[in-house]
Amino acid sequence: MQTSKRTVRFKIYRYDPDKDSRPYMQDISVELDPTDKKLLDALVRIKDKDDSLSFRRSCREGVCGSDALNINGTNGLACLTDVDDLSQPIVLRPLPGLPVIRDLIVDMTQFFKQYHSVKPYLINDDPPPERERLQSPEEREELNGLYECILCACCSTACPSFWWNPDKFVGPSGLLNAYRFIADTRDKATNDRLDNLEDPYRLFRCHTIMNCVAVCPKELNPARAINKIKDMMVIRAI
Amino acid sequence: MNVAKRTFDALIVGAGGAGLRAALQLSEAGLKTAVLSKVFPTRSHTVAAQGGVAASLGNTTEDHWHWHMYDTVKGSDWLGDQDAIEFMCRKANEVVIELEHYGMPFDRTDNGKIYQRPFGGHSMNYGKSPVMRSCAAADRTGHAMLHALYQRNVRANTQFFVEWMALDLIRDGNGNVLGVTALELETGEVSIFHSRATIFATGGSGRIFYSSTNAFTNTGDGLGMAARAGIPLEDMEFWQFHPTGVAGAGVLITEGVRGEGGILRNANGERFMERYAPNLKDLASRDVVSRSMVTEINEGRGCGHDKDYVLLDITHLSPEIIMKRLPGIREISIRFAGVDPIKAPIPVVPTCHYQMGGIPTNYKGQVVHPKLGDPNTLVHGFYAAGECACASVHGSNRLGTNSLLDLLVFGKSAGESVVEDFKAGQLDLKPLPDDAADMSIGRIARLESQKGGNAVGEVRIAMQRAMQKHASVFRFKDLLKEGVTHILKVAEGAKGTYINDKSKVWNTARQEALELDNMIEVAKATMISAEARKESRGAHVRDDAPDTPEHPNGRDDENWLKHTLWFSVDNHLEYKPVRLKPLSDDVEPIALAKRTY
Repeated sequence: MQTSKRTVRFKIYRYDPDKDSRPYMQDISVELDPTDKKLLDALVRIKDKDDSLSFRRSCREGVCGSDALNINGTNGLACLTDVDDLSQPIVLRPLPGLPVIRDLIVDMTQFFKQYHSVKPYLINDDPPPERERLQSPEEREELNGLYECILCACCSTACPSFWWNPDKFVGPSGLLNAYRFIADTRDKATNDRLDNLEDPYRLFRCHTIMNCVAVCPKELNPARAINKIKDMMVIRAI
Repeated sequence: MNVAKRTFDALIVGAGGAGLRAALQLSEAGLKTAVLSKVFPTRSHTVAAQGGVAASLGNTTEDHWHWHMYDTVKGSDWLGDQDAIEFMCRKANEVVIELEHYGMPFDRTDNGKIYQRPFGGHSMNYGKSPVMRSCAAADRTGHAMLHALYQRNVRANTQFFVEWMALDLIRDGNGNVLGVTALELETGEVSIFHSRATIFATGGSGRIFYSSTNAFTNTGDGLGMAARAGIPLEDMEFWQFHPTGVAGAGVLITEGVRGEGGILRNANGERFMERYAPNLKDLASRDVVSRSMVTEINEGRGCGHDKDYVLLDITHLSPEIIMKRLPGIREISIRFAGVDPIKAPIPVVPTCHYQMGGIPTNYKGQVVHPKLGDPNTLVHGFYAAGECACASVHGSNRLGTNSLLDLLVFGKSAGESVVEDFKAGQLDLKPLPDDAADMSIGRIARLESQKGGNAVGEVRIAMQRAMQKHASVFRFKDLLKEGVTHILKVAEGAKGTYINDKSKVWNTARQEALELDNMIEVAKATMISAEARKESRGAHVRDDAPDTPEHPNGRDDENWLKHTLWFSVDNHLEYKPVRLKPLSDDVEPIALAKRTY
């Protein structure tokens, strides 16, 4: 673990539509304190010197999903990435494939549109019982690895299929969330959910490239969830 | 500056647990509702809650809302209002079951019910032994809850204004609340949101302290807006320092770790809580555990090179239990402390976590203020819920798992109150005053034209260090006095903040400057209220109010069993009585007693 002051070099994507005609890469060096361990700590340090550097951040512990970036070519969360593990200059870009609003801030409209398109809520029209709906520990375990998604968009914006068809392909995050409800024994809309994805693009544009699995900061496996949905499509067709 | 105007039946500021729960009531009742949030809803800080939500479901051990009420009153050190506490504890089962029906992925018992674990200060039979009351989704309860509430709002077609920061509360000459001004971060445009009813659900402001478990975004925006508009802030001297923040990093380690059997140890390996709380030990109330830890450190029994932390030990638990019940904690511990808790204990220190005080409300989530001799006069059109509000259910110290319960119960009741008041015809759309947006425009114009001055980051860190030094876990008469002078000086500096970035597009420098204005209000309220309260109670313990036979634990009910109200104008203080009578006759008032665990 790094315990001393050190200077770290960056190349950061800059673009302010209010004053820049086009984006550019800016070379920045910053001195870090011994307590600055994560990439987010370094970004905050840079912003202390140049308040115009714009990026999103909130919880700083990897659970809110705000600070996803493209870090040395790989998507990840700034708050979970150890700055001393990165080769320098550390190249920071906004998440690929989404429109850039300013600097490291992207427009996530398309990403959330796809999330919303899978009806990401429990559907069960039976009158609710007085107490909780029962679910065995084994049934509940089926949701592990699914419900923990933080909607950071690291996976979908690492996916070539999503880059090509962000308006038509649901993308790994949306599909993981679709399967989260299919897998829930309390949900009664499995058939409708499969109908909703039975389409050459929405589900089947996934070509199992596996970038989603490689980059997920929560170590989830969207590709496995997608395969399970594909299997259910096949079983349903027989 | 061109200011657009939008009109709604109801407006909610904040889309964490309380805001989203309130939004469901309004959307499902068909009111034209807008929910403003400066972050996408699932980024709100409710997402970071870990250990659980309290409800006396009794799924594993016997339980009653009476016991929960007793624990909460005792936890509050009798400063909580017993009508609001009865209301919350009685509503707990209903709101937790609703959440399960919305799809929240609670862990399960072997018979398929919601899994419950023990938590600090929660007991059976009025303090006799720990009870399993905390309903949990592993150690990610807040995340699971916030997502379930957002998802239910997607289903209910709630209208969100995402990445809009509310700037100022709009009131007319009679004090009625008419909505807010807000800044769209992407464009830099300011709009007026004119509304019949305004609910604040803006969360806490733990970022006023240097060492905090809170998100960067917890800047007390609702409190700042209310204070600038003449609404008092209640009981702001009471701040919770969570016993187990990761040493150095500040990231939260849930009390659920101790609920699952974790033990705090000093440098000698001693389970020191046995000396401070012989009955509940490591599961005593948070203020008690935090003070015990700081005492151990101050007396030289801390761990590490600088002897400045203690250890949270779960190495005696089976790896299976840790992986199943505390997977997020293991992840945090490896990432932020460099320790795998299966193999070695986690270094922890008390860290600022939660604000017990806030915007004064009644148990219906209606904002109240003193007027014509009645301290609980309604502020027309104004409601608040969650951490930004003070109902008061937490009094001078909150029990773990009661915050998620608070935001569900009072988010719902604030929403219900708006719907009721709307249907009763009490919420007419009052005309906007001509100067509705002037304060906000003035604040932005000052930042725009300011040439040179104090950097926002420098003023912010001066404030954070002042709060940490003068108003932390233990408080001292002289330090509090100096602290008041100090924080007022910092507040002067905040009036002359300067930003280099003048862009209109996603200007985070401007956002941070505006947030600092809000934090400064909270910091002043805290220091001034704390200096004035000359007793020890709950989280507020001072050296000149020690434990004596006459005043056990330093608490002085004769003079100080009352709520503080701080007003931003002139920093003046008023007080109002604690409501010692429960809401119904179903339960006796919980009589004053010495608080021991």
